[in-house]
Amino acid sequence: MNPRDERRTAQALASEIKDLARKHSGQMRFMEVCGTHTMAIHAAGLKSLFPESVKLVSGPGCPVCVTEKRFIDHAILLAAKYDACVTTFGDLVRVPGSSGSLTTFRSEGGTVRVVYSPLDAVEVAVAQSPRPTVFLGVGFETTIPTVAATLKAALARGVENFYVLPAFKTIHPPLRILAAKDDLHGFLLPGHVSAIIGSDCFSYLVDDFHKPGVIGGFEPLDILLALRDLVSMTVRGTSAIVNDYKRVVRADGNRAARDILYDVFEPADASWRGLGVIPGSGLAFKGPYTRFDAAAHFPVNVPESKDDPRCLCAAILTGSKTPDRCGLFGKECTPEDPVGPCMVSSEGTCAAYYKYGAV
Amino acid sequence: MPKNTDGRILLGHGGGGKMTGRLIRELILPRLDRGQLGQLPDSVVLSGLGDRIAYTTDSFVVSPIFFPGGNIGSLSVHGTCNDLSCSGARPVFLSLGLILEEGFPMARLQAILESVAEAADEAGVAVVTGDTKVVPRGSADGIFINTSGIGRIERPLSLSPSRISEGDQILVSGPVGNHGMAVMLSRAEFSFDFDLESDSASVWPVVERLLNLGEGLKFLRDPTRGGIAATLNEIAASSGKGVRVDESAIPVDESVAAASEILGIDPFQAANEGKIVVVVGKGLGEEALHLLSDCPVARGAALIGEVTTANPSKVVLTTRIGGSRIMAEPSGELLPRIC
Repeated sequence: MNPRDERRTAQALASEIKDLARKHSGQMRFMEVCGTHTMAIHAAGLKSLFPESVKLVSGPGCPVCVTEKRFIDHAILLAAKYDACVTTFGDLVRVPGSSGSLTTFRSEGGTVRVVYSPLDAVEVAVAQSPRPTVFLGVGFETTIPTVAATLKAALARGVENFYVLPAFKTIHPPLRILAAKDDLHGFLLPGHVSAIIGSDCFSYLVDDFHKPGVIGGFEPLDILLALRDLVSMTVRGTSAIVNDYKRVVRADGNRAARDILYDVFEPADASWRGLGVIPGSGLAFKGPYTRFDAAAHFPVNVPESKDDPRCLCAAILTGSKTPDRCGLFGKECTPEDPVGPCMVSSEGTCAAYYKYGAV
Repeated sequence: MPKNTDGRILLGHGGGGKMTGRLIRELILPRLDRGQLGQLPDSVVLSGLGDRIAYTTDSFVVSPIFFPGGNIGSLSVHGTCNDLSCSGARPVFLSLGLILEEGFPMARLQAILESVAEAADEAGVAVVTGDTKVVPRGSADGIFINTSGIGRIERPLSLSPSRISEGDQILVSGPVGNHGMAVMLSRAEFSFDFDLESDSASVWPVVERLLNLGEGLKFLRDPTRGGIAATLNEIAASSGKGVRVDESAIPVDESVAAASEILGIDPFQAANEGKIVVVVGKGLGEEALHLLSDCPVARGAALIGEVTTANPSKVVLTTRIGGSRIMAEPSGELLPRIC
């Protein structure tokens, strides 16, 4: 689509949203679950196109943001005690732990390598052999099948010094908790995660909570279309799961990817920053893959960590507050000197507000 | 300085963004500023030396040393020439300081020096003094270069953010982000194949033409580290005015756009080494573009926005689809060792 058509279509969708919203009394609050959506919404300046009565709040779908401080502490203590090389996606290196981030650990002599795929992490392990190499396993259903496939390959290849410190999360358990909140009227569902888990599996939003959910893509027009459908259903008082991202997401998702995932992992409880422990919301290694578990293989005592009580990450991750309501935002907490991970992650809500602002 | 990291330099302190700014303001200026340094110009206009003379210095630590479209040698000439040019000074003399790591291949040094010579000849500057040091293996990464430059101000003009006012037009001298993206892609850890070269070049021919605008030329800056996002924010912050730019008007090569999507790097935050951002008076934008129409270094120049009274000290981007948002100053370790 040429830029002029794109702008015209966007304006048409925006005015359709405004017209629909006029038929509704009161606020409509929708949650974009996924951090990639959060960034895309802010980057395109979409909020400037919505009427006052339509609010979008961010959810818990940024993997870095829901990772606890204690996980960073764990990685640093483990690497220091066992002289391990840490491999990780770039976003995690600046997330503050209790006393410094992986960046400060590196500046103090620790080995931290940023990788762009789990396969790269295995290559680093081979190069570092026999030194233990620990990949920080953070992510949702989008990322985890790739990690699982990598572990299968590493097992077959007999890479002995490769480990993963797991903090994987799955999206349904927290979404069920959030769906029960009265002040959320519908969900912009994650496009990439849905490519793996499918659209059918969100039916509980409708059956149990009578709330609409729309799976959307990440281009500005994709998001406007999904919002139009959410507003339209809310105004009519109906609810359904609508797939506006059919070019990528199928009703039953990607079965092969899920099979690989559950060959390697099984559901376990997980602790979420801002949400606490949610039963069955994480993943643990199973069968022969337990040998990759860095936490089990390299025992280390990780003290409980405390979050700065003034940091509103918890309320922001659950859509109850927006970053501009936080007293630390932009003052004590900035991307170069963050208090919470939401300010660091390239998908973090606070980072999006800081980088793209509100006009 | 960040509270978690008291007492240590982080890569972000060299990123050219907010951390660099704090390092300069909190550590360097309180000790060394005797009046002129604190204005932090790209180059300083020396007074009391007869002719009007501009003076600047820059260090180059780019990794990799050779990249598509240039190497550390040509870059060290262009970078310093461009700092002089942005003060409205014709680059005339350069110094060349080499810091070499023990074991660095002689053939590579020779290739770099040939690039220095070629770039200097093309830019019309002479290398007139220099220094060479060798440090033990491991104390440097191959080669670092420092150049300082002296330029002649041919037409006294006040190129200062204080002259920027509402309605002024902003242009960029060509497609943005090429240098940053080319260097990132040529690093070993990326195995992408893009047809993409650094834009490294002297921008003096661009500035020389724009000087014909006289007082209508208000401000020039080469958007290196931090890209045009950093430069536009600098314009907004130092003038106290708002800046509005139109995303669809900012020229970005297709290959840069594709690479930026894959690397997750905003092309507006990626470094340029042969471009300038220019502020001209209200209504002078088209004339400025016309002056540049025969200038090869300014191919693809475009008007990208204007100065506003709304949103003081902020840069607001009108997005492709007509939304509005802030274009923030990049912070920290975005792209280490890009120049």
